[in-house]
Amino acid sequence: MLQKLYDWVDERLDITPMWRDIADHEVPEHVNPAHHFSAFIYCFGGLTFFVTVIQILSGMFLTMYYVPDIIHAYESVYYLQNEVTFGVIVRGMHHWGASLVIVMMFLHTLRVFFTGSYKKPRELNWVVGVLIFFVMLGLGFTGYLLPWDMKAYFATVVGLEIAEAVPVVGGFAKALLAGGEIIGAQTLARFFAIHVFFLPGALLGLLGAHFYMIRKQGISGPL
Amino acid sequence: MHRGKGMKFVGDSRVPATRMPNIPKDYSEYPHKTEAFWPNFLLREWMVGAVFLIGYLCLTVAHPSPLERVADPTDSGYIPLPDWYFLFLYQLLKYEYAAGDFTVIGAVVMPGIAFGALLLAPFLDRGVERRPIKRPVATSLMLLGVIATIFLTWESVDQHDWEAAARQGAIVEDEIDEDAEGYQIYMSQQACINCHGEQGEGGAAAPNLFESDYSKEEIMDIIINGQGEMPADLFEGSDEELEIMAEWIENDGEAPE
Repeated sequence: MLQKLYDWVDERLDITPMWRDIADHEVPEHVNPAHHFSAFIYCFGGLTFFVTVIQILSGMFLTMYYVPDIIHAYESVYYLQNEVTFGVIVRGMHHWGASLVIVMMFLHTLRVFFTGSYKKPRELNWVVGVLIFFVMLGLGFTGYLLPWDMKAYFATVVGLEIAEAVPVVGGFAKALLAGGEIIGAQTLARFFAIHVFFLPGALLGLLGAHFYMIRKQGISGPL
Repeated sequence: MHRGKGMKFVGDSRVPATRMPNIPKDYSEYPHKTEAFWPNFLLREWMVGAVFLIGYLCLTVAHPSPLERVADPTDSGYIPLPDWYFLFLYQLLKYEYAAGDFTVIGAVVMPGIAFGALLLAPFLDRGVERRPIKRPVATSLMLLGVIATIFLTWESVDQHDWEAAARQGAIVEDEIDEDAEGYQIYMSQQACINCHGEQGEGGAAAPNLFESDYSKEEIMDIIINGQGEMPADLFEGSDEELEIMAEWIENDGEAPE
């Protein structure tokens, strides 16, 4: 039955080459921890992606309760934390995942750096990877404001003060992020939009490019 | 051979006339054991992911994510602190030559050089050597950066007054003693509850009972004679009950000792 369905689609769209590109390839010994335990350093990138997937899923569930305005934001997070079934787990996974993704990405960056894997022909993939790093930091910064509690608010105040210190474009960047002079209702709405739509969109595009280049170029050879 | 713009194709754009270079070496050419990605290697990765997920969930269950009291922009005494992965930058801006008149150095120049170099690393370190020991400049600069980041984060955590911050951010709950005799009397006075609420929390028509600093005598006077929009003579109990309730209000909702 399943085979028939596959054949039906394959006859029309020729999906077998796509499947071969995605899944049908060999994994060399030097990245396989089953052969050399020290190859576990090659797991960091995959684990970063794993946490990213969890962040996307848990974030989708959080938006079912979260209300992005200054009157209700805190109340909705409080309700989510204390009343909703498993709300404390879902919010906890999103909270800790935000830290874990930074940790795993940091380790992955160090692995790629110290194995010299960014060298020709993989320069572009390194650049895309560093851009993913910046997007992740942006996601961390914008997401931190959303609970609208004391630490969230004042961390954002400090962060935007630092942005304002940048010469020439600083004032503009702050006004763009905060939506005006004061950090208030408009800031929360903007951070929500950036955190939920703009940066995840950029992240998915960059991840797509990152993975496409890995498949195209293959993993770097042994040292 | 022609590459990029103007290249020729056979038939349509899916089949280039000349084979593209840079197709990675087949792994079977490495003189070792390879493994199929699907399903063998993916199953191992799945197991690593499962172990990781267990640790992740243990962390989540053991440490519920923090939530402080609702943001109060007027509370200028609050000690601000960004999330931990921004602490290195936050700490850098505390040093003399990276703050004040030199903020541009701490906020733009130093992070700009560090992250710019990270972004452009493949174009700065162009040699063919891949082993860290064979490219000492790149390796030592990266180690320096990592050590500096860890040091700055450590210093920031060390200098932050965590106890004061926990006090400042704590959710304060205004609990009243519902077993107190004063509360029982209060609950019997429908006129009081109508405006001040069942917990004395106040509302559109009346203030919170416990946010004022009146003495017992002043409270009794207000209840008997009214004040502002509050009418006089609504209390329907004995003078002793009035006194007990006034004491309870004076004592911020707790039974007097």
